[in-house]
Amino acid sequence: MPEDTTARHKEYWRRNIRYVGMLLAVWFLVSFGFGILLVEPLNSVNLPGTAYPLGFWFAQQGAIYVFVVLIFVYVKLMNGLDQEFGVSEEDGA
Amino acid sequence: MTAQQWTLALVVASFALYIGIAIRSRASTTKEFYVAGTGVSPLANGMATAADWMSAASFLGMAGLISFMGYDGSVYLMGWTGGYVLLALLLAPYLRKFGAFTVPDFVGDRYYSQTARIVAVVCAIFISFTYVAGQMRGVGIVFGRFLEVDIDVGVYIGMAVVFFYAVLGGMKGITYTQVAQYCVLIFAYLVPAIFLSIMVTGNPIPQLGLGGVDLASGTPLLERLNGLNTELGFTEYTSGTKSMLDVFFITTALMVGTAGLPHVIIRFYTVPRVRDARVSVGWALVFIALLYTTAPAIAVFARTNLINSISETPYSEVPEWFTTWEDTGLLRFEDLNGDGRIQFVGPNSPMENELTVDNDIIVLANPEIAELPNWVIGLVAAGGLAAALSTAAGLLLVVSSAVSHDLLKRSLMPEISERGELLAARLAAAAAVLFAGYLGTHPPGYVAQVVAFAFGLAASSFFPIIILGIFSKRTTREGAILGMISGIALTGAYIVWFTLMHPELSNTDNWWFGISPQGIGTVGMLLNFAVTMTVSRFTPEPPEHVQRMVDSIRVPRSVA
Repeated sequence: MPEDTTARHKEYWRRNIRYVGMLLAVWFLVSFGFGILLVEPLNSVNLPGTAYPLGFWFAQQGAIYVFVVLIFVYVKLMNGLDQEFGVSEEDGA
Repeated sequence: MTAQQWTLALVVASFALYIGIAIRSRASTTKEFYVAGTGVSPLANGMATAADWMSAASFLGMAGLISFMGYDGSVYLMGWTGGYVLLALLLAPYLRKFGAFTVPDFVGDRYYSQTARIVAVVCAIFISFTYVAGQMRGVGIVFGRFLEVDIDVGVYIGMAVVFFYAVLGGMKGITYTQVAQYCVLIFAYLVPAIFLSIMVTGNPIPQLGLGGVDLASGTPLLERLNGLNTELGFTEYTSGTKSMLDVFFITTALMVGTAGLPHVIIRFYTVPRVRDARVSVGWALVFIALLYTTAPAIAVFARTNLINSISETPYSEVPEWFTTWEDTGLLRFEDLNGDGRIQFVGPNSPMENELTVDNDIIVLANPEIAELPNWVIGLVAAGGLAAALSTAAGLLLVVSSAVSHDLLKRSLMPEISERGELLAARLAAAAAVLFAGYLGTHPPGYVAQVVAFAFGLAASSFFPIIILGIFSKRTTREGAILGMISGIALTGAYIVWFTLMHPELSNTDNWWFGISPQGIGTVGMLLNFAVTMTVSRFTPEPPEHVQRMVDSIRVPRSVA
């Protein structure tokens, strides 16, 4: 494998790790953070416009919605990254 | 038509559909048998994964479990969905690029070791069989309750159907029947939920109804249920009784276990490209979330209904469904104080509780409690069967491919022909169906604990070494083998000790740091990570070709 390709793959991997790290931080925050560790303080307010205690909402509804969004954001970010680094399966493969 | 006639009609129609699909999608090569020829569209694979994943327990049991656990039930909701984020970001795309047929395939190649492969085969088979016992039992129970056939006969019918499409079609047959099964089960789940939501809150969307106002009392529904719960001596519905640490550990174990379950992982081998694997996990979670966000709503509607309609009601005036379900043994009333009224009370009440309610009843009895038409009852039965059969088939495929591919082709008989391997795969699938049927008719008395075991085992064995295999090139064969073994040993010993050998000691006082056997998989996973990483530092680094392989799975398409 030529040197410059290896370097580009390293850079691609570094960016990938950064995306994954950011998304997993949100994943942790909405589930373990809002749904478990902070559930009691958050329960003192309601989700605006509803009768859901906020912490309870995160634990039984909100976290799941955020999980879905996170995966699609990841898909979009990675497809863009693939294009940028010329490793997308759309062209060529 | 009566409820039973509807049930029979809908069950027969759905079975005919599954068999029809199986005949159309027979597998003719091992690649088709193991990974459906990698030609499944991401959307279809998402649906198939959702059906594969959602078992009889999700369909029949979960809403009931949450109904009784309140906030504590969140461990299942977050745990069984959050794992998909890990799967999408950390596992699925890379495993798809690797292009294996099974999970032990990856473990054996990445860790350049037959020992690692065999340890993985044993884990995969054990996890899948513990899980499948509950599914076959679920099939039998649905038959037993709705069609009044013997539970064992129900298991045999289920076996025959699974046999047909798993043995004939392998992954290809399973995939397309799972797509159909998803449609059946989600429809069956949502219809009663929507009716109930309208009945209780006036809002047709259950997810919104849960945060809405209770029509009967005019107060917000959750506030109303908190009030009822407190009045009757239960904990407030939106607060839990488990310790925060235990909730944290159980949720982690379920998330990580989900991401490490072989029957879920291999579904992402079936799509054409890496980018398809990524988006396919997203679709899978969309389809799963549809049921998982509805379940907590059903839980609250059903609990409110149950309390309103039976608490302090004279036994002579109970609604008709009460007596029907009493006959099945799922509802039990014992008039302890002899006042002729039903006291349904919690541990904080001065009175004694007189009513025992089985978790499953919440979903099963919903149509009757909500006075829905008979066809809805038949639909729920067909949905429960779809959930159980689809999961069973996925698990059986893991067992069959572990035997024919990993054990025969990759270990014992490397020179076996393509036709020979396909035949072996079919025979292994057939044997697995028979064994699953045996487990279904002779269930170990502790199915629920055994399922917890499957998650703990998946969390503490596969998850860490697959992640490290992708994200750390330095991870060695010695590290992975010792890591898997120590993770499983700790998790297995803890669960066996507290659930099988000394269930009487299983309480917060005796658990390590208050971590229940359900949450111990998290500790096993951490131990596995620690051991694998430490041992890897002190053992010779992996050979050149393995390091190159890791480089290649990290990018979707290598530039020439």
